Amino acid sequence: MHLRRRQRFMAAGVAAAATALSLAACSSSSTTSAPSGGSTSSPAAGSSSSAAALSGTLNGSGSTFQTVYQQTAISSFKSVQPNMTVNYGSGGSGKGRTDLASGVVNFAGSDSPIPSAETANFKGKTVLYFPVFLGPITVSYNLSGVTGLKLDATTLAEIFSGKITTWNNAAIAALNSGVKLPSTPITLAVRSDSSGTTQNFSLYLETAAKADWALGSSSTIKWPSTARAGNGNPGVAQIIKSTPGAIGYVDYSDAKASGLTYASIKNSSGAFVAPSTTAASAAGNGITIAPDLTFHAVDSSEPTAYPITYQSWVLVYEMQPNANDAAMLKAYIGYLIGSGQSLLTSLGYAPLPSSLQQKAQAQLSMITS
Amino acid sequence: MSTVTQVDPAAPAGSTHPLEQRRPLGDRVFAIVALGSGLLVLVILVLIAVTTSQQAAPWFSSEGWKIFTNNWNPAANQFGALAFIYGTAVTAIIAIVIAVPLSVGIALLLTEVVPYRWSRPIVYVVDLLAVVPSVVWGLWGILVFAPWVQHIYASIASAVTGVPVLGFFFGTPTSGASFFTAGLILAVMISPIVTSLSREVIATVPAIDKEGAYALGATRWEMITGAVWPHSQGGVVGAVLLGLGRAMGETIAAALVIGSSATITSRLFAPGYNMPAVIANQFGEASGTFRAALMGLGVLLFVFTIIINVLARGIVERNARKKRGG
Repeated sequence: MHLRRRQRFMAAGVAAAATALSLAACSSSSTTSAPSGGSTSSPAAGSSSSAAALSGTLNGSGSTFQTVYQQTAISSFKSVQPNMTVNYGSGGSGKGRTDLASGVVNFAGSDSPIPSAETANFKGKTVLYFPVFLGPITVSYNLSGVTGLKLDATTLAEIFSGKITTWNNAAIAALNSGVKLPSTPITLAVRSDSSGTTQNFSLYLETAAKADWALGSSSTIKWPSTARAGNGNPGVAQIIKSTPGAIGYVDYSDAKASGLTYASIKNSSGAFVAPSTTAASAAGNGITIAPDLTFHAVDSSEPTAYPITYQSWVLVYEMQPNANDAAMLKAYIGYLIGSGQSLLTSLGYAPLPSSLQQKAQAQLSMITS
Repeated sequence: MSTVTQVDPAAPAGSTHPLEQRRPLGDRVFAIVALGSGLLVLVILVLIAVTTSQQAAPWFSSEGWKIFTNNWNPAANQFGALAFIYGTAVTAIIAIVIAVPLSVGIALLLTEVVPYRWSRPIVYVVDLLAVVPSVVWGLWGILVFAPWVQHIYASIASAVTGVPVLGFFFGTPTSGASFFTAGLILAVMISPIVTSLSREVIATVPAIDKEGAYALGATRWEMITGAVWPHSQGGVVGAVLLGLGRAMGETIAAALVIGSSATITSRLFAPGYNMPAVIANQFGEASGTFRAALMGLGVLLFVFTIIINVLARGIVERNARKKRGG
């Protein structure tokens, strides 16, 4: 008798719990309200995408430099094309190019053009480059009492090659008259992982200080053995913050987020420019842009440009397998280079200068199926 | 005398002629599936070895024996990997030196000293260490442990500067992220495996041997060395090997705390690099010969692990043969 009553209670309890859970599940799914009445006309200026609502999924991967912009753009793009899903899984520029070559993704993010060693992987298919933004690389340092440090390419090359080892070195003092530099030893903070930031920073030193820079330019550099390595831009920022006398290269957005002090660098016109999104956009003007829209934004000749600026592209195949893919890519990339540009400054990136933006938008029509 | 013919017990009764003996279908299917699974494992292993070697071939052919020099410079297309091989060896040795006495000690404690009631909770806690993911160890190591231990390293280094042997191993330069930190964290990661396997092996020692030793007047330690160790040495060596294999291949924890500096130095508190760490850190942006070099490091790691396993098996076999007296 007792047993049967207990069993009945248990059965009732389990049934009640099950109904409660299924009701909760049902109600949570019904609270996702329908999206605001389909804004199907894309407001992208100059975009050649059709006004029709598109649906489908786009997948991209690659440059971690682009990650924050891609994720912000993806969520705002939802209000432009609510039925399209875009996914961006970083992994590094090298991974992005590999994924595009093997057909795993629709578009790739890359901080550098396809190197000659990899062109064979694309089997002769034409790849279009769409520049999406520019970004400054700061030279951040930790020296108490010293703000507004000025450096130039030659001094930077000597510091990062390990030739200048203390802060009160004559070369640094010559650029910073009136600033009291301590005799603290310089600790280099560099990247432990391969990255486009390292590639472009070393490219700048190779371009602007050819005679003093012997370590080449690559996503991985053989730094002096005393250098401290950190993982990712935040890792380098952490080393700089916690080591008095440290100097290192950090992306502008991460440097700002970590509250680091950065130096003003002498550009090719002789002006000392501090890193900022305006100065980085200006760097897009004084450089040679190839017909396929590849370029190097470092050491620009524009007078107001910040010299250590780099760029990132979205790579797509010119020939898409079907019309829907082509339309979706035109819509999304059009957004990235069009109205999405207004999102950039608050994220710490520099929008494309208008000449470059127009060239990119003109290239959109080349995506066919 | 009637001749006795060997009859396969699985054969259906009534047919003794070999040509008429057919095993039941269930047995045959099981035999095929078991054989197939074993062969599949072998095939997968061989395929992994062959495909990674193919991918790594450009590196071997362009560098030849220079892969064993200390010159890793991707910008100049030079890929000499000695620093990473050295780092793997050093961190694995540090991990083993710290973990093995600790783990075998815990195993002996649990089987010989602690009453059975208390051994279950302790086993549970030790096994919990194994549950912590590798990346959590790495993050804790670089964010909490390394900054804290940096000062300890610095004070030890300044105390032993000038002292002959100690200064050689523990002198400056020091860094929170270093060979020693990586070895220490690897030691903590491999102890649960070595402990639980050793404990299982030691628990299989027949009680009669242990009691016999006590009866002859042995102390506890003499009983352990005389009765427990001969029985369990093969298993304990096997457990240590498993731990060594994990220590050599552990990737994320090592990548975060080893300091990422490709240098060969005797100073254990200095930053270093090892094979799994460099692969994890640099694979994302690698292409061409660089990528082939990283795959080649994977092949080398594979080969070293196989060599160590074969060597250790040989040692265990030789010991066992000596014990049997044959």
